[in-house]
Amino acid sequence: MPTTQPAVNLEVAKNLGLNAEEFEKIHKIMGREPNFTELSIFSVMWSEHCSYKNSITWLKTLPRDGSRLLVEAGEENAGLVDIGDGLGCAFKIESHNHPSAIEPYQGAATGVGGIHRDIFTMGARPIAALNSLRFGDIKEPHTRRLVKGVVSGIGDYGNCFGVPTVGGEVYFNSCYNQNILVNAMSVGIVKAGETVSASADGPGNPVFIVGSATGKDGIHGATFASADLTEDSADDLPAVQVGDPFQEKLLLEASLEVITTGAVVGMQDMGAAGITCSTSEMSAKSGTGMQIDLSKVPTRQSNMVPFEILLSESQERMLIVAKKGEEQKLLDVFDKWDLECEEIGVVTDTGRLEFFYEGKKVADVPAEPLVLGGGAPVYEREYTRPAYFDKIAAFDQESITTPDDTLATAKQLFASPNIVSKRWIYEQYDSMVRTNSMGTNAPSDAALVRVKGSTKALAVTTDCNSAYVYADPYKGTMIAVAEAARNIVCSGGLPVAITNCLNFGNPYNPEVYFQFVNAIKGMGEACRKFDTPVTGGNVSFYNQSVHKNGTEPVYPTPTIGMLGLLDHYDQAMTLYFKEAGQSIYLLGQSREDLGSSEYLRLIHGVEQSPVPHFDLEEEYALQQEVSKIIKAGLIDACHDVSEGGLFVTLMEAAMPKGIGFEVNTDASIRKDAFLFGESQSRVMVAVKPEQEEALLNHLKAQNIINTKLGQTVAGNVAIDGQDFGAVREWKSTYDHTLGELIEQ
Amino acid sequence: MKFGVVVFPGSNCDDDMIHVLGDVVGASVRKLWHKEESLGDLTTDDCIILPGGFSYGDYMRAGAIARFSPIMTAVIEHANAGGYVWGICNGFQILCEAGLLPGVLLHNDTQRFTCKNVYLKPATDKSAITAKLDQNKAYKIPIAHAEGRFHADEATINQLVANQQVLFYYCDESGQVTADTNPNGTLRNIAGICNEKRNVFGMMPHPERAAEDLLGNTDGLDLFTSLLASTEVAV
Repeated sequence: MPTTQPAVNLEVAKNLGLNAEEFEKIHKIMGREPNFTELSIFSVMWSEHCSYKNSITWLKTLPRDGSRLLVEAGEENAGLVDIGDGLGCAFKIESHNHPSAIEPYQGAATGVGGIHRDIFTMGARPIAALNSLRFGDIKEPHTRRLVKGVVSGIGDYGNCFGVPTVGGEVYFNSCYNQNILVNAMSVGIVKAGETVSASADGPGNPVFIVGSATGKDGIHGATFASADLTEDSADDLPAVQVGDPFQEKLLLEASLEVITTGAVVGMQDMGAAGITCSTSEMSAKSGTGMQIDLSKVPTRQSNMVPFEILLSESQERMLIVAKKGEEQKLLDVFDKWDLECEEIGVVTDTGRLEFFYEGKKVADVPAEPLVLGGGAPVYEREYTRPAYFDKIAAFDQESITTPDDTLATAKQLFASPNIVSKRWIYEQYDSMVRTNSMGTNAPSDAALVRVKGSTKALAVTTDCNSAYVYADPYKGTMIAVAEAARNIVCSGGLPVAITNCLNFGNPYNPEVYFQFVNAIKGMGEACRKFDTPVTGGNVSFYNQSVHKNGTEPVYPTPTIGMLGLLDHYDQAMTLYFKEAGQSIYLLGQSREDLGSSEYLRLIHGVEQSPVPHFDLEEEYALQQEVSKIIKAGLIDACHDVSEGGLFVTLMEAAMPKGIGFEVNTDASIRKDAFLFGESQSRVMVAVKPEQEEALLNHLKAQNIINTKLGQTVAGNVAIDGQDFGAVREWKSTYDHTLGELIEQ
Repeated sequence: MKFGVVVFPGSNCDDDMIHVLGDVVGASVRKLWHKEESLGDLTTDDCIILPGGFSYGDYMRAGAIARFSPIMTAVIEHANAGGYVWGICNGFQILCEAGLLPGVLLHNDTQRFTCKNVYLKPATDKSAITAKLDQNKAYKIPIAHAEGRFHADEATINQLVANQQVLFYYCDESGQVTADTNPNGTLRNIAGICNEKRNVFGMMPHPERAAEDLLGNTDGLDLFTSLLASTEVAV
């Protein structure tokens, strides 16, 4: 076993991702030259991924307070919200973009595993998963390979782990050709008072590592995630971790069981930067330190050196601080579940992390300077208005001709991979295990998840149309928040809080940073309006494609994961037509607006056009009214207008039960804008004949702008008297197109 | 009739089954840890459930390791003594691996995990879980598996059919059994079977996922009520 360490100099520091200034700062903190192991510890802890050094200044401007929040944003592994009845909901979204771009199956699988661990390390049982995926052009064989790998990775991990995937979104755009986005969200439930903190209180308390053995996988994964993805990135394959959902399932059950013994002081999962991150964050949180004997860590290989053990990102591991004298309780539970449980150290009062290997001290660093909010660097980056904004501003809607053949256009648009059903994907996910998925037989705009042991249901959704954010980062991000809230409101829920996954390009690019700053501003404003504080999330920079003539960032993609609540599951509203003979109304203003629509992109090949119309006050007012109408029991179906416009909204309402519709367009608005435009703040509702008068009275009394579109009919579709054929034929296209595109 | 639900490492439908049996059906139910060597107070009047999930992570083959769990000796004794055993999804796979049911569950012909609603047509009323079903109804019950393609040699299949040991066929909404309604390539659309003595049942679909109004589907509940009703008569 080599105990001598490589020499340290600026060159070595740079190879580990540190800059000269940071290297100097480490010298000052240490009061001496760090050894290689110590330098490695700083490099991962100060990586973008762990330190948020280029984003934290702006993240702090987001609203992070609310009466329902049980922990402050960033304080614990995930946000925790009071949902009443003595229950809390822990939820968080996280990216696993770079690993998935290199090794889609394991990258996506470990992304799912990591986010679930963040939830159950707090003592919450995960009950639902969502994912938000962005792929490149589906015509590219490389894209199809990535889709297959990511989907089976998510499926194999989540299915075995036994948590249903209840919702999500998938978009295809060539900006993601090289750098796909894989954002995974987990939602868990915990009884009040049974939560566990990621703290290391009580000097003298023993420290345990539990779960899988530590291997050489994922070393420097956090640093890898904090650099540009290049053509050579495939050489970094050892930086991608390998997942084992069976071990994770055992770890889940054992972790939740061990909490009930009362022997646990604190617990933190090991994700990025492994033992380094968990020991430093837990110690820094409690103002304590730790002495850790790395030779006691169970390893998969015999030839691992100390820094490899420290930095390994092997999955399915936890660090637990136990009450001194109650060690046996831990050992018994983990023995029952046939998992490793090894005492590797002790909590100290020194504030330092001291790592030993075979009796020799190999690293000795202070905990506080390593962590976010402690001594980790914080940078303010420059930003400038992107040059491409001029092209967007120059777009002239009058230059777009309304197609003569509406039916043919509708068919073409409807077959877009961004519009059609994602059935080929989601059928590979177990969406029903735990028997809480209310959407299986009755879909809503958000996924509704019953909370057993109460009358409540959660409404959860992920949303972000990155084309809107690209066109206008500020408004586009407000729309992402608004659409998430709208989906929850249209499902009968109350928006409660969000988690975010901020996927952007290189922060050192001032135009990218402009997108980031304005996205945060828009998110903050919208979250304040909807009273949905930000409970946590993650930032993923350096998402870009590298070409011969330079780099091209992905569309800015600030994915919003929103949690909503139904006090009683009876308040649930669904999105589909139930029977013929109901009237269909559009609530909200129709506008002559084609901006950033799928229609403009697919039918007319326009990639750069303004963000669709959006006004935060108008949106908020509409949502308030929709909520009242649902509570008053005045409508039978409710579905918001989003990608593909009103036409797609109507079709999506028609397909579940095969109910048709006959509607008329508004002659004062160009037909393509009326049917396919994506101007915001519009909701379609269907009403039973016996309730129509009450609904109309309500709409009039509340001064809600509305248009009667037509009515539901048996099986067929007609627009302005033109026969659009049978719903079941549209459904066939809807259900099968994506699979055919992927399997071609 | 009381129920015992075996929890193997990696079982993940155990809680769902206990919820339906305990909270929905109102039966007496408890968990049985796979390391236990006896079924405790459960007798041959009672039913042992092997739930869905990924016992031992489906390592080697689905169910191949779980059959060696200590409790399986007691489960096999229980079955041989005439007690009811019902395996669902991974439980079905374990029963085949353990030799309590004939045949084997192979990878789906799609080579993909598939989770969706399917329709089942009862194939016989000569089993406790199908006795009280409407033999002409198509029951909507979801599947969620990667290895659900039932396979056995021709003679075994013929015998299963002749003995009315086939419990369900995959069909369409109107009850038609066709190649198009076969979700995984299973022989003759077989979705579930029982043993010769008709006390051991195995099926890939998940009736416990279709047993509550709140979830918009109670077709699966009928299997549980059939079991309870037909065994009451027997007693």
